[in-house]
Amino acid sequence: MKRAMALVLAMVLALSFAACAKDDPSKKSEGVMTYAQYDAAALDTEVTIEAYVQAKQSWWEDQGKGQATIYTQDPDGAYFLYNMACTKAEYDQLTVGTKIKVKGFKSAWSGEVEIVDATFEIEKGTWKATAKDVTALLGTDDLIKSQNQFVTFKGMTVEASKDADGNDVAFLYKWNGSGQDGDDLYFNVSLNGATYTFTVESYLCDNTTDVYKAVKALNIGDKIDMEGFLYWYEGVNPHITSVTPAK
Amino acid sequence: MSMVRKAALLLAAALLGAALSGCHGARSLDPFAIPDAFDESRAYEITFWAKNDTNKTQTAIYERAIAEFETLYPNVTVNLRLYTDYGRIYNDVITNIATRTTPNVCITYPDHIATYLTGANIVVPLDSLLADARYGLHGSALRYTPPGEVIPQFLGEGAIGGVQYALPFMRSTEACYINKTFVEKLGYTVPDVLTWDFIWEVADAAAAKDADGTYLLNGQKVMLPFIYKSTDNMMIQALRQQGADYSTPEGGIGIFNDTTKAFLYTVAEHAGRGAFSTFKFSSYPANFLNLGQCVFAVDSTAGSTWMGTYAPLSDVHAPVTELDDDDLFHFETAVRPVPQFDPAHPQMISQGPSVCIFNKDDPQLVLASWLFAQYLLTDGVQIAYAETEGYVPVTVAAQGSAEYREYLSRGGEDNDLHYGVKIAATQLLLDHIGDTFVTPVFNGSASLRDAAGQMIENVNKSVRRHETVDEAYMEKLYGDVTALYRLNSRGASASAGRAELGPLPAMSVGLLCTLGAVWLLLGAYAVRQAVKKHKKTAAAS
Repeated sequence: MKRAMALVLAMVLALSFAACAKDDPSKKSEGVMTYAQYDAAALDTEVTIEAYVQAKQSWWEDQGKGQATIYTQDPDGAYFLYNMACTKAEYDQLTVGTKIKVKGFKSAWSGEVEIVDATFEIEKGTWKATAKDVTALLGTDDLIKSQNQFVTFKGMTVEASKDADGNDVAFLYKWNGSGQDGDDLYFNVSLNGATYTFTVESYLCDNTTDVYKAVKALNIGDKIDMEGFLYWYEGVNPHITSVTPAK
Repeated sequence: MSMVRKAALLLAAALLGAALSGCHGARSLDPFAIPDAFDESRAYEITFWAKNDTNKTQTAIYERAIAEFETLYPNVTVNLRLYTDYGRIYNDVITNIATRTTPNVCITYPDHIATYLTGANIVVPLDSLLADARYGLHGSALRYTPPGEVIPQFLGEGAIGGVQYALPFMRSTEACYINKTFVEKLGYTVPDVLTWDFIWEVADAAAAKDADGTYLLNGQKVMLPFIYKSTDNMMIQALRQQGADYSTPEGGIGIFNDTTKAFLYTVAEHAGRGAFSTFKFSSYPANFLNLGQCVFAVDSTAGSTWMGTYAPLSDVHAPVTELDDDDLFHFETAVRPVPQFDPAHPQMISQGPSVCIFNKDDPQLVLASWLFAQYLLTDGVQIAYAETEGYVPVTVAAQGSAEYREYLSRGGEDNDLHYGVKIAATQLLLDHIGDTFVTPVFNGSASLRDAAGQMIENVNKSVRRHETVDEAYMEKLYGDVTALYRLNSRGASASAGRAELGPLPAMSVGLLCTLGAVWLLLGAYAVRQAVKKHKKTAAAS
């Protein structure tokens, strides 16, 4: 009896260790590309990747078909899934860290590399990226290598934008001030004499979120730290998810 | 039969009637009737959903129009909600119809209104308002100068089934914005009217690369010689120019024909050579044009301020000062009508924002909405808004005004209000109003339009992904697009109001009868129990 109990306990312990053993988030399943292979793939070719959900824009329907844009990443790089087909129920399952296998076509739109016409399946595993500090890469040719990744920028200064009346303001609704509350926010930040335009993408962070309110509360000259996703539109144009005073 | 039994049966019948009447759905709105007078003693709050082209000047014009109107009518408050996409307005309106939370005034397309009309009395017919002696286009009781006559062709475009549902707000067409410098570098001359043969030939020539994959024309790794913004217009205009079927006013779908297929094969051929792409696939034609990466960029005349070396609006950071003549960003921009199959008889789409009014329970609120909607046709608003882009005003008075004519005469004087490309695009439409056309509007015409463009998008995408475009592909494409946009399940009707649904299916009839019978039995049982109880009580006493 005692031996049987000991054997059972040993098996339980072994099974527990196996269950707790973490997946290697860089490891890819059969038939799935590594990030390097994806990066090297030509545009307009079919790709199959595995990655982990880091954030998602709001779900919507077009012609009765549900879809959403998802920010995903693995330890080697990031994948922007543009208008990926998913039902509302599937969308709700795509919580941060969820592992998915995605099949679609690699494409580029105004410099933003993305996967389009994508379908997916949820897999076992979870991983969440920590923000990579790319402050020093701003203005260099290396910045684009971190495209779509979850990144941070430190100690940048809020610069003036011009509103519809030509006044200096800290932010704009839409890229040129033609919008209103609830629309995307655009604001300029500088480092080492160079100015960049960053965005709060309203489908990712709407006007009820802390970051939306934080950007609306910015003043010209504020020094701030930011986190977000390194999105590209005719040049670097990050989608910011967090703004805090610089330390 | 005792009184108790009679009363019980009557009650059961009443309950059954109430239950069945509940199945007919929510009460619909009453048709709008113009009140005897606008009640200025009451306060009204109206919602205005508008579209701007991400143009802050247009936003300012809307806001100024609202402020001026509210000064004239202090009892009316107008709440503005802005969109950059007609599709989003359409989706939000559709969602809000069911909950009766539509806006009061809405910038829209007639195609979209046709879908809104599937509900009874949802959209206000405008004929009586337009003609009203007090509040119409020549109204005597208005607090602003009446707008006067609307250009008849533009007004006619808002009639659906013979009823005026849309008021034109601005009008535009499509134009081809050309890097003339590139065309001449390739050894061609830009004609007055482009033909499809010309544009394909030059685009193919511009797609030539060297062994390293560098384009010979611009020395860059990127060149998309011919980019089309709105592929739905591309297909519709190509079919119209060739006299081919697209649709009928009765809602007949004629687009799946051999002319369409031949055009798609042509698109596939040139996309396969890298000579053609679309906005949806590649990005804004203006961005490629302004970076010296495109020769022919087709977009609305309302996109003219984004086009060219000195475009006042641009998303790309090309330097526009101190340019060398050889700089890729420095080129001469020509503006021409969209390519034609018959250059002697050009045909081009007429488009642009229209306004509709949504019906409400309170006719005074609807009248207040009309007063504001009509204010958008006054000269001040019309001329200011038309000057923001390649739009033309829709009223005779605004188009003929000294102010507007003076504006047109100053094209090229600066790169802002009198930006040469913008005024050239505007003049293109004014010169060709008689060559413009619209497509029939019916419930489903918006989906058909989307389907037309989607076929070009699919072919372009497939070719770039090295898929085979052949007869089997085309057959599948037609089937896929038909299914996606439900083109084979639409009740074709050009008439306004609720669509005829036909007789109920047998299963539905059976289900309703069963429900009715169950209620009857439940009622009868309840009555019987009540009668039994009454008898027992009577016997006991």
